[in-house]
Amino acid sequence: MKITRLLTATTALVATATIAGAESHVEMADEMTIVSWGGAYQESQLKAYVEPYLEQNPGVTVTWDESSAEAVAKLRAQNEAGNVTWDLVDATAADAMRLCDEGLAMEVDHDEILAAAPDGTPASEDFGEEMLVSDCFIPQIAYSYTFGYRNDVAEWNGNEPDDICDVFDLENFPGTRSLEKRPHNNLEWALICDGVAYEDVYDVLETEEGQDRAFAKLDTIKDDTIWWSSGADTPQLLADGEVVFGSTYNGRLFSLIVEQDQPVNMMWDTQSYDLDGWIIPEGLDEAQLARVQDFLYFATDTQRLADQAKYISYGPARKSSAPLVGEHAELGIDMAPHMPTNPDNAQNAFVQNYEWWADYRDDLDSKFQAWLAQ
Amino acid sequence: MTDSAMTPPKQPMAALPGGEVTEGPMLAADGTPLKASLKRALRREKLRALLLISPLLIFILVAFVAPIADMLFRSVENQIVSETLPRTVAALEADEALPEEAPGEEVFHALYTDLVIAEEYKVHTRLGSRLNYEMTGLSSLFRGTGRDVGRFDTDIYTDQFVEAEPALEDPVNWSNWMSEEEIRDALPLTADAWDAWTTLTVEANEDDPLEEDVADFVYTALYRDLANGAAPANFPDVDVSSFETVSIRALFEDSDEDWLDPEVWQVIQTYSPAYTDGYFLNSVDMMNGPGGDAQWRPDDEQIYLKLFWRTMWMSMAITFSCILLGYPIAYLLSTLPLRSANVLMILVLLPFWTSLLVRTSAWKVLLQQQGVINDTLVWIGIVSDANRLALINNATGTIIAMTHILLPFMILPLYSVMKTIPPSYVRAAKSMGANDWTAFWRVWFPLSIPGIGAGSILAFILSIGYYITPEIVGGTEGVFISNRIAYHISSSLNWGLAAALGSILLALVLVLYWLYDRIVGIDNVKLGG
Repeated sequence: MKITRLLTATTALVATATIAGAESHVEMADEMTIVSWGGAYQESQLKAYVEPYLEQNPGVTVTWDESSAEAVAKLRAQNEAGNVTWDLVDATAADAMRLCDEGLAMEVDHDEILAAAPDGTPASEDFGEEMLVSDCFIPQIAYSYTFGYRNDVAEWNGNEPDDICDVFDLENFPGTRSLEKRPHNNLEWALICDGVAYEDVYDVLETEEGQDRAFAKLDTIKDDTIWWSSGADTPQLLADGEVVFGSTYNGRLFSLIVEQDQPVNMMWDTQSYDLDGWIIPEGLDEAQLARVQDFLYFATDTQRLADQAKYISYGPARKSSAPLVGEHAELGIDMAPHMPTNPDNAQNAFVQNYEWWADYRDDLDSKFQAWLAQ
Repeated sequence: MTDSAMTPPKQPMAALPGGEVTEGPMLAADGTPLKASLKRALRREKLRALLLISPLLIFILVAFVAPIADMLFRSVENQIVSETLPRTVAALEADEALPEEAPGEEVFHALYTDLVIAEEYKVHTRLGSRLNYEMTGLSSLFRGTGRDVGRFDTDIYTDQFVEAEPALEDPVNWSNWMSEEEIRDALPLTADAWDAWTTLTVEANEDDPLEEDVADFVYTALYRDLANGAAPANFPDVDVSSFETVSIRALFEDSDEDWLDPEVWQVIQTYSPAYTDGYFLNSVDMMNGPGGDAQWRPDDEQIYLKLFWRTMWMSMAITFSCILLGYPIAYLLSTLPLRSANVLMILVLLPFWTSLLVRTSAWKVLLQQQGVINDTLVWIGIVSDANRLALINNATGTIIAMTHILLPFMILPLYSVMKTIPPSYVRAAKSMGANDWTAFWRVWFPLSIPGIGAGSILAFILSIGYYITPEIVGGTEGVFISNRIAYHISSSLNWGLAAALGSILLALVLVLYWLYDRIVGIDNVKLGG
């Protein structure tokens, strides 16, 4: 008991010391390696806060490493080799949690290292408990897994799907679907369409019968499904007319629909929320850490997160950023209606339980793979 | 080189200085036995050869063999359990409650100490993830209890000890007591807990133990020692019989009732040795059942044998279609005049120089249902619009795309072997009355077999380890075991299982190579002239 108390006290002290140090110049490194996802998402980070930060700090250089998809494996390898070369890593909430579990990411006190909202609300409240899923995780955006569908399918007789269960309805909405080649979301959607209430999904999925139920539901569309493993697959398949329905990240669909003007519509029903944010690798030296914290303080403040939404349709993780979301930087359209967090879109949103998946992913993954192979 | 040493002297007996002739080993000119002299000369030769190849050898050892060996070693490595929970593992050995029920207070006390320490070092979650591979739910069990364990009500011991004897609060006193051998011997649990606490205070928290409050788990250990009847001299005499006590087993149960599940403990016990066969069992769809006997996994979790089998037969199918497509091309290339052969050769090599991803994506465009091939077939009228062929996202897609990608590896060795077959042989056969087919089949073809052998080995071994192409065009029925290995390396982080799967794949390839040598003969393989 005392140890814990003592430990929190010292961590807090160290954290305050670093922040104070950042202001009163403990040497800050002038190089920073940021790991992100590449593509439009990295571009939005560059425009919204990396370039502005570099303008304010002309001596600093930033190196990008587009390795976020393998962040956990690579960071583990770097850690084992005793040579961590990354300073800041963009990771999904589930990955952040695993990095935290493995002791590869630094635990942070959000109120100490992040800016408060303009009205003075402390960071932890501004982000909210549902965003701060791990002590190591500094959220940036909320995105969602959701469905896009082609709006020119003749067999549908002018009907348009507006319910997640239409994905499982081959009679009224025939055609090939694309779903992700892993159990996440698919099993939840299957159970919801099998009549399970949102709040009971994980309780049901925990049982053998519940898992069988989910797989049985997926069985009904298995023969009409292409399984994707890269986020770019579904937009491509939709654009080619290979599939009529497809799940993917909402930002990819936004770019397909709005930027590329394809005959595809968005279906927000039962979109499944996921989070993305920063983690600081464990074991940075003092100068690197000071630089990273200085950058983070700037890059995750209310205005910067709202700015990011000008370039990509992912919802800012801070509540205080939402009212500041403006127009698309090039197209000039209002971005708010395209955000997964927009009240109209969020009506039926489903929230993934990361903690639950951390336990069950191995088990369900082997079941899912065996089921796919059957 | 060593000719002089190797030529035996003419006379069977060596002449010794002094003119006597004796029977004995043959001697070289300098008087040493010939055998030794020969050996020395050969050894020098060998050393020189070794020295010449040593830069490459060292490079391969350091950059290739060692990392692979290290990675493969993970398939049996399992120290994490005994390193994270050393006291628990030891206590569990003495406990007899398993497998019927969860162990007793002793084991839970050991677990408490281990877990508090592991939590400070932040390694308990790592152990949880490891054990979660064996039993679902252990990850959150360790994570959740790791959060609680620092707040267990064991501080009642701390408070009671300090109240009964204020001297027990001062870490400086503790340090003095704990440096006395007699006290340490009398209070084994306490000494152990004290050592662990001081180490972790210095290592994990970078504090001076003499300025910190002694941790609750040290007092808890002290209570257990004293309650067990220890009464060391020169140590404050505290009567613990009147102490208010708390059951650590119950505290764990409060934190998560799964701790009383004997299955959880069986998993910990089964995986407490430093080495395990668990990953290998998993890679052949088996597991360590209760009592440690290997048994099959449930039907709906069996994937790996199926994938190994599929990898094998599909690689063979790919190799075979490479032979089928490559042989005529190589034949054509080797019989055409050099100038036109060179132009055609460029066509063979062109895809070789194109990025793998580009080629694979091109196949996607060609093969998909709304793709070029299907569109053409529909336009010609061979298939109807409603029944377009499924050529991609299945095994067919993988075989087509991989055959294309591996074709140059078949054509090149075939070509270079065929190039060396003298055309006069076929002419000779014909002059002796063979028709075209006989001349080809009886003369030309047997001479080209070494090329087929070399091409097949190349194509087969390459395709067994391929994973990008199957991942992109293979859908669910066209993926290989390598796709699962990649998944476990980069996604699920189950490196032990990935290493076991990799080891099995390596062993399989070696066995096949050996079989190939037995059946075809490795001397029959030629990459050229």
